[in-house]
Amino acid sequence: MSTTAEPERRDVLVCIKRTPAVGARIALTDDGLAIDTRHLGFTMGPHEECAVEEAVRIAESHRAAGGTARVTVLTVGPPDAAEQLRYAISMGADEGVLVEVPTEELDPEPTAASILAGLRSAPDTRYDLLLFGTDSAVAGNAQAGIRVACALGLPMVAGVKGIRFDDSGLELRRGTPAGIEIYRVPLPAAVGVKEGINVPRYPAVTGRMRARKAPLRTVPGEPAAGGLRTVALRRPREDRPETVVLGSGAAAAPAVVDVLAELGVV
Amino acid sequence: MLLVLIDTEADGTPGPGTGDVLAVAHATGLAVEVVTTGAVPDGLAVRRVHRLRHDLLTDHAPEALGEALVQLLAAVHPAGLLAAATERGDEVLAQTAARAGLPLATRCLALCPGEPWSLTRVRSGGVLLEDAELTAPVVLATVAPGAAASGSASAPAASASASEAPAPAPDVVEFVPELDPVLARTRVVERVPRAEGVSLATAPVVVSGGRGVGSADGYAVLEELAALLGGAVGCSRVATNNGWRSHSDQVGLTGTQIAPDLYIACGISGATQHWVGCMNARTILAINIDAEAPMVTRATYAVLGDLHEVLPAVIEEIRARSGTVDRPDPVPVGVADR
Amino acid sequence: MTTPPDRADVVVIGAGIVGNSLAYHLAERGQRGIVLLDKGPLPDPGGSTGHASNFIFPVDHSQEITALTLDSMRQYEKFGTLTTCGGIEIARTRERVEELHRRMSSACAWGVAAELIPPGEVARRVPFLDPSPVLAGFWTPSVGVVDPLRTGALMRERAQELDALTVCASTEVLGIDTADGRVARVRTDAGDIETGTVVVACGVWSPRIARMAGVALPLTPAVHQMIDVGPIPELERTRCEIAYPIVRDMDALMYERQSGPDLEIGSYAHRPILHEPDEIPSIAAAALSPTQLPFTEEDFDPQLEQALELFPEILSRPGAGIRHAINGLLSLTPDGAPLLGPVPGADGLWSAAAVWIKEGPGVGRMLAEWMTEGVAEIDLHGADVARFGPHQRTPAHVRARASEGFNKTYGIVHPREQWAGDRDRRLSPFHAAETGLGAVFFETGGWERPQWYESNVGLLDEFAGRISHRPHEWDARWWSPIIDAEHLAMRERVAMIDLSAFTQFEVAGPGACGYLQQLVVADVDKPVGRMVYTPVLAPNGGFRSDLTVVRLAPDRFRMITGAADGPRDLAWFDAHLPAGGGVVLTEVTSAVCTVGVWGPRARDLLASVTPDDVSAEGFPFGRAKWITIAGSPVLALRVSYVGDLGWELHAPFEQGRRLWDELWAAGGPLGVVPAGIGVYGTTGRLEKGYRLMGAELDSEHDPVEAGLALPRVKAADFVGKDAYLRAREQAPAATMCTLAVDDHTGADGTHRVPQSGEPIVTADGARIVDRRGRPSVVTTAGAAPSLGRHLLMAYLPPERAVEGARLAVRYLGHDHPVTVLRVGRRPVFDPDDTRMRG
Repeated sequence: MSTTAEPERRDVLVCIKRTPAVGARIALTDDGLAIDTRHLGFTMGPHEECAVEEAVRIAESHRAAGGTARVTVLTVGPPDAAEQLRYAISMGADEGVLVEVPTEELDPEPTAASILAGLRSAPDTRYDLLLFGTDSAVAGNAQAGIRVACALGLPMVAGVKGIRFDDSGLELRRGTPAGIEIYRVPLPAAVGVKEGINVPRYPAVTGRMRARKAPLRTVPGEPAAGGLRTVALRRPREDRPETVVLGSGAAAAPAVVDVLAELGVV
Repeated sequence: MLLVLIDTEADGTPGPGTGDVLAVAHATGLAVEVVTTGAVPDGLAVRRVHRLRHDLLTDHAPEALGEALVQLLAAVHPAGLLAAATERGDEVLAQTAARAGLPLATRCLALCPGEPWSLTRVRSGGVLLEDAELTAPVVLATVAPGAAASGSASAPAASASASEAPAPAPDVVEFVPELDPVLARTRVVERVPRAEGVSLATAPVVVSGGRGVGSADGYAVLEELAALLGGAVGCSRVATNNGWRSHSDQVGLTGTQIAPDLYIACGISGATQHWVGCMNARTILAINIDAEAPMVTRATYAVLGDLHEVLPAVIEEIRARSGTVDRPDPVPVGVADR
Repeated sequence: MTTPPDRADVVVIGAGIVGNSLAYHLAERGQRGIVLLDKGPLPDPGGSTGHASNFIFPVDHSQEITALTLDSMRQYEKFGTLTTCGGIEIARTRERVEELHRRMSSACAWGVAAELIPPGEVARRVPFLDPSPVLAGFWTPSVGVVDPLRTGALMRERAQELDALTVCASTEVLGIDTADGRVARVRTDAGDIETGTVVVACGVWSPRIARMAGVALPLTPAVHQMIDVGPIPELERTRCEIAYPIVRDMDALMYERQSGPDLEIGSYAHRPILHEPDEIPSIAAAALSPTQLPFTEEDFDPQLEQALELFPEILSRPGAGIRHAINGLLSLTPDGAPLLGPVPGADGLWSAAAVWIKEGPGVGRMLAEWMTEGVAEIDLHGADVARFGPHQRTPAHVRARASEGFNKTYGIVHPREQWAGDRDRRLSPFHAAETGLGAVFFETGGWERPQWYESNVGLLDEFAGRISHRPHEWDARWWSPIIDAEHLAMRERVAMIDLSAFTQFEVAGPGACGYLQQLVVADVDKPVGRMVYTPVLAPNGGFRSDLTVVRLAPDRFRMITGAADGPRDLAWFDAHLPAGGGVVLTEVTSAVCTVGVWGPRARDLLASVTPDDVSAEGFPFGRAKWITIAGSPVLALRVSYVGDLGWELHAPFEQGRRLWDELWAAGGPLGVVPAGIGVYGTTGRLEKGYRLMGAELDSEHDPVEAGLALPRVKAADFVGKDAYLRAREQAPAATMCTLAVDDHTGADGTHRVPQSGEPIVTADGARIVDRRGRPSVVTTAGAAPSLGRHLLMAYLPPERAVEGARLAVRYLGHDHPVTVLRVGRRPVFDPDDTRMRG
């Protein structure tokens, strides 16, 4: 990364979402409207975790090059979502904004509106880069980031697995079955980050201590319903076939290779 | 009338998910018309194709295409616009929705017109389904892969008959949007063809080893099989803890979570910490001495036995069938005939 | 998936380390037809065995737990699943340094090599530890980590090789059917199994499974937090699971251990987080496993700071992160001990629950012995599931005590320490009067018993110069010099002692006498109105119980036993009732209140309140009579556990207050004092050398060794008789002795008072072990105010059991000289019992 052309200060915003850490089978509430989270912990989605990691790396390398940098992490959710903000801070983010809404599960339109409300609450802050997870872990609506970018008039590319700063802005890479597509977008910009862009770090013990004490800014959200309304969640019919035992020991090899051939891997 | 955005591959064939989105569109009972930026594929069972023509649309350009679709919606007044829930489809329709101020339902399996529309969409990678209602002047939705086969989109008679009779060539109507040149900022400017070699995160086949491998050297046979299958080698936490493999190879909660087409779990008991890392594999083959190990009971296929006996035999069998390596003995006819 | 068979001889539910070990040991002992069920998959079905930290520190103050742990370590070693790494318990406070000295005493007592080391030595052994907060370390070289999943798999394999075991994983138990109070069938989602024996080895799920058979197991799942921080280069470089000693940061209630490239940090310091057994998520719904619940960071944050103090450098290594963090479930019981043995209320149902990894294999072996031989090699009275009375099995009690007990996991627990939660459960009719007298209550079996009375503080002046003193706070904790004063007042005048906590039951019916004869050592076929004190033996001839039997009528007997052991005794007698009827067993504890009056003026006191003849001739020692006091019918027993003239007076519970008031009023002119259990249970008893179940008496010792063998052996057969006869013919391997401390001067020159549990060593400091490998340990310690000595009781091997022999007691690392005063039963005070029989 070149240092001479770098601006002195770099501000990165990462938007994350509090989401239940579910097991192999997801239990639902009696009314079928939500995931039963009584026994579950909460986390942020894997794409968002990568986005936080990417933001922290950008800030670290910018600082290493002599600049100043700040990573702000923002979430739209209930007060408990502070846990995810603190997790992001323990990974290396600098500050957190909690846009408070009464529910963990907000439709995409009010989610975008609430993020924008959070941004409006600090009108003097100009972010060079807004990072989102390309889609959230459970709901998978895949649109809040694009709605925010559109509202702000920012370029946005989703599904990104590589971010590099260059003289004119950002070089973004995204995977397709045929290879890699490259985009070059000017700053400021928004990016939907996809898992695989990096391996997120685990929070350091010292980071955790810092996150514990970090102040969070709380801003009211705009939870008015959009046009998409959840009626019920349900589990699809489960038909888990019994394990097919192909045999024992070396004698099973022909049967194994038959299966490999059937799957098209040999 | 419903508009369906389809992607066209370089060779003129419809892009991934086209079948699903057309099936779901037809299943609504509404007339279906297609939108495309590229060539019009053959055999589309629709009356009309809207072809978007603009210099900014010659390669994938999410903002420009999203804006173009907004203008098309204003021009042709469809009941809705559907696309395949690919990375591109989701992205473009989100751009359209954001620009038009409309709601968007992504990853749908079925859509039913009404006031409001009702729909079923996929959540958590298919572990959950969501029934939802969509209230909008124009319905925007993407259709999940596999929707046509899910049964939720049982096609009504109209579309069934349409697919039986040879489809007449559709009318192709050109539409030229007015696009702000600034939208060129999000456009593919370069492509890099797929590189050789495979990473753990993206490998279609992962050969993974755990406690049963027994040593760092024990992974040689896994490496050999992975190379034969074009896959990568993974490991469980035990292997990392024992210093047999680097942490970057670790599959599981504290390692990498992967979703290959085939996961071959060798000598891995399948503790949950590991299982969550590989449970999204399409097919799992477990090789383990313990028939009751969870990896065995949850796998699609299992071989009971020591991986150090099973894997060399499998490798030999693969080589024998492909004929790439001289065999010490002729292959028995029974095996070669398989 | 294996389909379970239609019938089995034994069904073990739960394939954690305990269930596997039990199945294995049953098979090794010749049991066949064993079925091992688990609703989870193997080898890790999802219980606590799969996520435990798997390290073993062998030294515990409890002999029973240490014995189970040492046995388990031998088994892990045999299976090749034990890695010895050593372990250090560190002290950050002066109080903890003293506790480490006490641990040295326990290590010596149980024969475990250990050493107190200075901070520099701690840092030498654990090079990445910052010793600045450390005052001392307790180094145990034999500490190790084990692989319980692998051990379990090997145990199953071995049992299957013997063709003794069918293993059914992923098989959920849906019900346990009983018929006539006996286990008949286990119903599973893969079919029903007819069986007469079912073992609940289900860890945190045990109460839920036991309830299927209609019984309550007092256990609650609770959270223990663990995190893994890594990778840490200096740990990664070792390229092994563990290369450095495990550190227990005792004052922070935490531990830190290497786990491959990570440092694992566990805590028992956070708030007690209890769960309901019914609310544990299923295997499928759990994000990790059912017993690895979501980590609650805020509970752990204070612990991180403590961990950073000890390991500032490696925990701050760049790239080292919190890779894994769970709220792991473990099992807690009201008193922290396991739940082992036959479960009262459902014949054929056994419990093997609330067991830690460090005890699992040993518990399996002991339970297999118990199931096949009727008794285990290690005395398990502290872990006997039958030790709980009905109120102690209620969720409210379990939760109250488990919450309180959680933080004691690494705590400094005084041997006399009292529980704070769920008190005032069982109150005698004298309770209000006692409260008015400033009683300080200790709890036993839910009963509130005065330990001493603050109103007696004036006696300290009266007996000045004869009261023992305990200048050190630890020695004096949960103790008062008033106990000594009450004792002396009793010896000079008369004392009233509340004994309502006695467990009492009656055995009645035409078969009553024959039934009792086969359960107790003494001949109970005595005339009506006679009573006998008798051992009750286990099949191996060791003690099961000791109690008093009173013949109330030709076909009716009253049994009186201790409050603490009452539920176990009731379960034992209930389990042996004849199948054909003819004997009725009725507990009368809650119907009867008891006050003891003892001392030289006891006869004067009693005579002044009853019209009945209580003269030496009219009411001889060893007799029971119904008398009238204040218009109430009272069963008076001329007996004593304190060695003075007097009676136990048993009255209808609701008339107790009148009885107390009448005695109190009449006693005034005689100088009566209320005396607490401090006198009854320790000073009075000790002067007379009376043995206490659970202290001197246990299943590892027989009546000959305890000095309680009777002059003649009755003709009737009884449980343990063969072993008893053999023991009588042999020279005992050890004999119960009474010793006195000759010099109380401790290492720092202050006056110190041994408390019990300390090893007796030779004058030159060598450990004393009898020919059966049993160490000599103080079973009871206390003042003998009448003699002005501090007495100890201990078993000594024949070559040491010599009156006048000079030995030593090792208290806090210092050897205090002691002298053997008595070998066997003869008391040091009033050796001919003239006072009591007068």
